[in-house]
Amino acid sequence: MIAAAGTSSSSSPLHFIGYFMDHRHQDLGWLWSHTWLSVLPVVIGLAIALPLGWLARRNRFVYPPLISVTGLLYTIPSIALFVMIPPVLGLSSLDPIQVPIALTVYSVALLVRVVADGLASVPEETLQAASAIGYKDLGRFFKVELPIAVPVITAGVRVALVANVSIVAVAGTIGMSNLGQLFTTGFQLSTPTPYYPPIVLGIVLCVLLALVLDGLVLLLNRIFVPWRRVAK
Amino acid sequence: MIITRVFNWLTDGSNWKDSHLNTGILSQLEAHIRFTGIALAIAILIALPLGMLIGHTGRGTWLVSAANAVRALPTVGVLVLLTVIIAPHFHGRTDTGYLIPTEIVLVLLAVPPILSNTYAGIDNVSPAVRDAAAGMGMTGPQVLFQVELPCSLPLIFSGLRSASLQVIATATIASYIPLGGLGRFIYDGLAQQDYPQMIGGGVLVAALALTTDLIFATIQRYAVSRGITGRFARGAAARDVQSAVLTEPEVSHA
Repeated sequence: MIAAAGTSSSSSPLHFIGYFMDHRHQDLGWLWSHTWLSVLPVVIGLAIALPLGWLARRNRFVYPPLISVTGLLYTIPSIALFVMIPPVLGLSSLDPIQVPIALTVYSVALLVRVVADGLASVPEETLQAASAIGYKDLGRFFKVELPIAVPVITAGVRVALVANVSIVAVAGTIGMSNLGQLFTTGFQLSTPTPYYPPIVLGIVLCVLLALVLDGLVLLLNRIFVPWRRVAK
Repeated sequence: MIITRVFNWLTDGSNWKDSHLNTGILSQLEAHIRFTGIALAIAILIALPLGMLIGHTGRGTWLVSAANAVRALPTVGVLVLLTVIIAPHFHGRTDTGYLIPTEIVLVLLAVPPILSNTYAGIDNVSPAVRDAAAGMGMTGPQVLFQVELPCSLPLIFSGLRSASLQVIATATIASYIPLGGLGRFIYDGLAQQDYPQMIGGGVLVAALALTTDLIFATIQRYAVSRGITGRFARGAAARDVQSAVLTEPEVSHA
């Protein structure tokens, strides 16, 4: 860490590009782990939330308890969830897997409600029309209900992704290796005088990552919902 | 078994009281509630009037979008950056240098959900209701305070609850920079490899968050008019109102 301070002479906030160039290898590694830590939990969360949301939509008595439980999970602060997961699952106290598990819990908690509400937004007439032209249960779900619910689900996925990028950085403070490490590094290098480059670089990379992931989801949404473009 | 050790740490009375070496759970809990309370109070003072004004006049909606864009910022990064900028200006045995950046970040986090939900709540009030109020001879401020505000209370409360959770979560991270609060146990436990203390701290933070949300939910239950929640009401009209209220999605927390 002290050697790192030596290579970048300027401590000006704008020197973050130079800092990135000096520590390219490490920074890109952190960016990569940050990316998959942000994306994978949402993908797994969506895979779990889809059947749960479908169940909540089908059986009205499942909806209230499911929404209460997931709401409760979403209430738990991220850092608290990180440290509580290992004892609950019998892992060692600082296991790298605890972060993706915690993020998956959040993603499921957020997306179950979004999926259920998205499916509920499909008009009754559309369902009747689909049944009338011969769609059975599962076929109707995958070919009619789910595609119509995609815009609502997309909105939820965007919220989950952007939130994850910020939460993953929190895991950096308990020593997990991701872009959050830039903040801990910068903080350690800032005594006695401020050393801005790693901190600013971390903020810039996190915001860029959030923007890129958000843009990708919007792009996927356009591909999956082609009729929106035709309607315009 | 780690769970029993966590339980023992939490139930050990000496951990709750201050000693000459350690600050106890009660004092840290008090500090955590204090940081959270200050930030929420400032955020409400800024966001509530502003949201009401924007919703009522329909002008300045760009402010709501701007506030929402703040959410993409990594909280830890902003916290560390502000601390590094502000803390060196304070010397001696005071934590003001850490308190000020923390409160700025907490307010920054709490404003967007309150602002956007207040705006959305007032904006969502049906024009027919607004016209009826004006037709009864109400003035602009009367419409705002006696009609639009009560109608948007469910959304305002959901914004408040979301804000309070984010503030509690982020106040925990403030222990990293280092400030008091319940996060102290998490980061101290981590540094000392005292995992029962670390996990116990996590349990305390979670308990504080759940209790706070429960308190807000209880206040909401009694503050929001039955005519709006549809509680105790029967029939289609009540259901319509409720579904309109439940549309705002929950938002992120740090």
